[in-house]
Amino acid sequence: MARFPADLKYTKDHEWARIAGNQVTVGITDHAQSALGDVVYVELPAVGRSIKKGETFGVVESIKAVSDLYSPVTGKVIEVNTALPDDPGTINRAPHTDAWIIKVEVTDPASLNDLLDAAAYESFVATQK
Amino acid sequence: MLKRTALFEEHQKLNGRLIDFGGWELPVQYSGLMDEHVACRTAAGLFDVSHMGEVHVEGPDAEAFLNYLVTNNVAKIAVGQAQYSAMCNEHGGIVDDLVIYRRANDRFLVVVNASNTDKDFAHMQRVASGFGKPAGAFTLTNESAHYTQIAIQGPKAAEILQSLTDTPLAPIKTYWFAEGKVLGSIPAILARTGYTGEDGFEVYIPWEKGPEVWRALYQKGQPLGLRPCGLGARDTLRLEMKYPLYGNELSDETNPLEAGLGWVTKLDKGDFVGKAPIVRAKEAGLRRKLVGFRLVDRGIARHGYPVFTADGQTRIGEVTSGTQSPMLKTSIGVAYLTAEHAAEGTKFTVDIRGAKVLAEVVPTPFYKK
Repeated sequence: MARFPADLKYTKDHEWARIAGNQVTVGITDHAQSALGDVVYVELPAVGRSIKKGETFGVVESIKAVSDLYSPVTGKVIEVNTALPDDPGTINRAPHTDAWIIKVEVTDPASLNDLLDAAAYESFVATQK
Repeated sequence: MLKRTALFEEHQKLNGRLIDFGGWELPVQYSGLMDEHVACRTAAGLFDVSHMGEVHVEGPDAEAFLNYLVTNNVAKIAVGQAQYSAMCNEHGGIVDDLVIYRRANDRFLVVVNASNTDKDFAHMQRVASGFGKPAGAFTLTNESAHYTQIAIQGPKAAEILQSLTDTPLAPIKTYWFAEGKVLGSIPAILARTGYTGEDGFEVYIPWEKGPEVWRALYQKGQPLGLRPCGLGARDTLRLEMKYPLYGNELSDETNPLEAGLGWVTKLDKGDFVGKAPIVRAKEAGLRRKLVGFRLVDRGIARHGYPVFTADGQTRIGEVTSGTQSPMLKTSIGVAYLTAEHAAEGTKFTVDIRGAKVLAEVVPTPFYKK
């Protein structure tokens, strides 16, 4: 299996986005979780909050590091993964699936335009070494 | 250019994630911090601590000099014994914490923190030059470049190390050491000391012998559950014990009494550098105290986060270290609090990114067997 699923889009801040119509599910990539190490804390935004592309919407912390979460799109938070604060390690175990963080209703479709595909993100990660 | 220990290539082979630690290129983790931490508590952890500084103090007046240099009573150390201590400046602030090993009546090994080695050695030379006796009947040499130091810690540490040496390890008590050989011919100081709260040893060998000793310990230990441990696990292990870390709990501005080092500060032993201001601070009453706490609510309190009263209104201190405890699975930390808020059970808040998170002063060490 490819490290970065082809059906997701990616950002240079190491978030992924699964686009389904005007609804986008957001998480952090396998590369991000690996760089962080064991995740022990997740701070989620309030449902209903409006977020802009590139804006901080939450925080994940490993033992060694604090990392902001940046929204890949502009829209409104319609759902958050309430299982994560009780089991933050999900982010290490299943970053691209079970550990989705928020769902956003997109209000600015243009904000989807410059997201990276899997191949482009993988190349970007390779330059980060 | 970062400095490298003799074990640099071993860390690369073990997929260590290398970072800049005070000018040294060292692994922050190998398999993962949590995994390494638990391995050290349940089996054994292997640490490269060669970045630590080693200073030889030798000569007829070596004991008298050291006793003037540090806060603990060096005269109490027998040959073959080690002692934890602190070294202060003229204002009573801590220059470093350190361990002194007495190798003979007139021969000591002083082990100091890596990032402080140059500062410490300069301080020692300065104190030595003002020590009174012309030229001083002792010598001071910085031998840091000649030592590889490997720590092997955890319940299986003694068993693993014993397989490399004929020196019987069982009779060596905690904070004592023996000088012997490992792997047949390599001279080694085998010290039952450490920074994890576990039984274990710190092994001092010639710099260039590091790789073969490291590999042998790894090969013997790995089937028993030993893991190489990075700086990340070293930090969480020491924090579960509330062992202080220079730069976090200790600094040139903190005096040893408020830092909880009263047990190694012997005000009745005669004069030493910093004694007068420490005595004055004690007589005036300590204004702040280093305490252990746990967060009642979720979050991690990190170094430098401000601390407030429980109602969030009044600033009463600052966090020096904090982490999620891998063994306790709770959020723990250490903070300086004003003395009147430092009693066990006192509730207070930590400002975490603008939110006041509830915390409570608890007894330490956090982790007990």
